[in-house]
Amino acid sequence: MKVLVPVKRVIDYNVKVRVKADKSGVELANVKMSMNPFDEISVEEAIRLKEAGKVDEIVAVSVGPQQCQETIRTALAMGADRGIHVLHDGDTEPLAVAKMLKALVDKEAPGLVIVGKQAIDDDCNQTGQMLSALLGWSQGTFASKLEVEGDAIHVTREVDGGLQTVQLKMPAVVTSDLRLNEPRYASLPNIMKAKKKPIDQVAPGDLGVDPAPRLETLKVEEPATRDAGQMVEDVAALVEKLRNEAKVI
Amino acid sequence: MPDNLSTRPPTDPAQQELILAAVDKFLERDVVPHAHDLEARDEYPFEIVEQMKKLGLFGATIGEEWGGLGLDVSTYSKIVERVSAVWMSVSGIFNSHLIMAAAVERFGTEDQKRRYLPRFATGELRGGIALTEPDAGTDLQGIRTRAEKTADGDYILNGSKTWISNSIQGQILAVLTKTDPSAEPAHRGMSLFLVEKNEQFRVTRKLEKLGYKGIDSGELLLEDCHVSADNLIGGEEGRGLQHILGGLELGRINVAARGVGVARACLDESVRYAQIRKTFGKPIAEHQAIQLKLADMATQVEAARLLVESAALAYDKGERCDMEAGMAKLFASEAAVNNSLEAMRLHGAYGYAKEFNIERYYRDAPLLAIGEGTNELQKLIIARQLVKRNPV
Ligand SMILES: Cc1cc2nc3c(=O)[nH]c(=O)nc-3n(C[C@H](O)[C@H](O)[C@H](O)COP(=O)(O)OP(=O)(O)OC[C@H]3O[C@@H](n4cnc5c(N)ncnc54)[C@H](O)[C@@H]3O)c2cc1C
Repeated sequence: MKVLVPVKRVIDYNVKVRVKADKSGVELANVKMSMNPFDEISVEEAIRLKEAGKVDEIVAVSVGPQQCQETIRTALAMGADRGIHVLHDGDTEPLAVAKMLKALVDKEAPGLVIVGKQAIDDDCNQTGQMLSALLGWSQGTFASKLEVEGDAIHVTREVDGGLQTVQLKMPAVVTSDLRLNEPRYASLPNIMKAKKKPIDQVAPGDLGVDPAPRLETLKVEEPATRDAGQMVEDVAALVEKLRNEAKVI
Repeated sequence: MPDNLSTRPPTDPAQQELILAAVDKFLERDVVPHAHDLEARDEYPFEIVEQMKKLGLFGATIGEEWGGLGLDVSTYSKIVERVSAVWMSVSGIFNSHLIMAAAVERFGTEDQKRRYLPRFATGELRGGIALTEPDAGTDLQGIRTRAEKTADGDYILNGSKTWISNSIQGQILAVLTKTDPSAEPAHRGMSLFLVEKNEQFRVTRKLEKLGYKGIDSGELLLEDCHVSADNLIGGEEGRGLQHILGGLELGRINVAARGVGVARACLDESVRYAQIRKTFGKPIAEHQAIQLKLADMATQVEAARLLVESAALAYDKGERCDMEAGMAKLFASEAAVNNSLEAMRLHGAYGYAKEFNIERYYRDAPLLAIGEGTNELQKLIIARQLVKRNPV
């Protein structure tokens, strides 16, 4: 079975993000970029399936600017077999990416697509679901455990109050949650070897997709800073403040 | 002097970024959480070493044909800087190991390379360099360890070595000896052997230190230790000092990179703390006396890093770089010593407390001024080269 794993290049999770002065977005110049952490989890899961003999090829896909090749290389160094880079400068929105992924799925015919549940830059949490709808495939979202058995896949999901396990018929789309696994980091020898693994480059047009944005960003702002706490004399004063100042009761 | 075997093509910047990102992940996950406790107990970091084997660090500068990564020193020094910024001792575990490997790769016979380099690269066989003796450190030509040729052409080694890093947990060392104690000049009678530890080459003492804990520093005794002629590096007597000095340029750049790492760690913690700690109603970063410290510390880090980069670049091109490596080592180690004390002042009592990292940097930094050629010696090397390169 072949597995397709989309990997997005995002601002590294350790970076303290700053909003641009004109509020049009966040500062990207000279900022460390890395693979979206949920996508790392997806790559790791695909590698574990391969190590367990359930998968024979892992294809990592990234949509974005030229530097996405580094993100794909990271996946290849971890253990993916080859990469596909859809070269696109400019914003990527979930629907356009889902359409591109659908076109690639049609071509590659994987048995499983493991998508991160969300990207930590826009927190959309949409691409996996949109892809499953476009494909008409089953979906198992927010997977914290995944087991492949024959042509079925068991996906355990963390829901309010416990764990829910669903059985999907493959081919399927699964989105990975934080506790699915702890991804390995690539060893240095594997990084050197990954140099030789192939990465194909295509344009959105080759996939029949128009990547033009359909959403307009009006304004990006820093979260409001928290004011210092206040000490109140007694319960009555607290209630008074909650009612008249905070207006929450 | 520098032979072009040491030249390495520069690593592609994108590739270098991936390598450094992997090192950062290793540090964050496997070193940061354990460094403080292991260091406090002066305990050898066995698990970290296992992770380092998996990561491939023991083969960082060993050629790809021997199973190493074949990294250029420019990339390697950036790895050393990062590791040292977290815990300097961890870098020591692969640094002198790789100096031993460099001596074999640059000067060893084909048979020696084949027998040892692949196992050095995986970390299966680890070690370091045994030069210093109780009565000779800077003045290596004054060593007393003897290697006497036997009738069958092999050697019998007798003597003692001290302050040898990686000698307790490592299995093999490059040992500097005298094959001809009467040679003039003395270095013509010096030879370097690869010696595996055994009953006749054993550790007699683990040394207690101010800092640089966790990594093993041992005193060793060679007692009628039989060593095959096949283990004389390069197969020819009288070249030992030259072989080891060739590796010491790498060693000096490497210690300089450690200096940058420690100096930067002191700076980073200080910049953070200065914004959090408040006195007289404002963060101490807003007091001019603290700003002056931060500015000086940052400038030291930047200058030290540039010196290391330029020495590493010269080394990678196969150019003579003893003066450049000496300058980088001198400046960066002093930057580490200086910044660790400044960071302590800036942190006040917290800098002095065992709970935090600053006092560890303060105890680790001075080694950089002593090891791999004292800073006094570096100045002599720099001055000699200056005169030699600029004759009237
Ligand atoms: C933690 C640690 C780890 C070490 N690891 C190793 C290792 O792995 N392998 C190894 O072989 N060694 C190792 N060493 C030893 C180290 O390399 C020596 O300590 C160093 O070379 C200095 O030698 P020394 O201590 O004998 O000092 P000395 O040579 O006795 O020097 C004493 C002082 O005299 C100065 N001096 C000496 N000669 C001159 C001169 N001509 N002109 C002006 N000043 C001079 C020195 O700069 C110094 O200030 C290690 C040391 C330490 C502390």
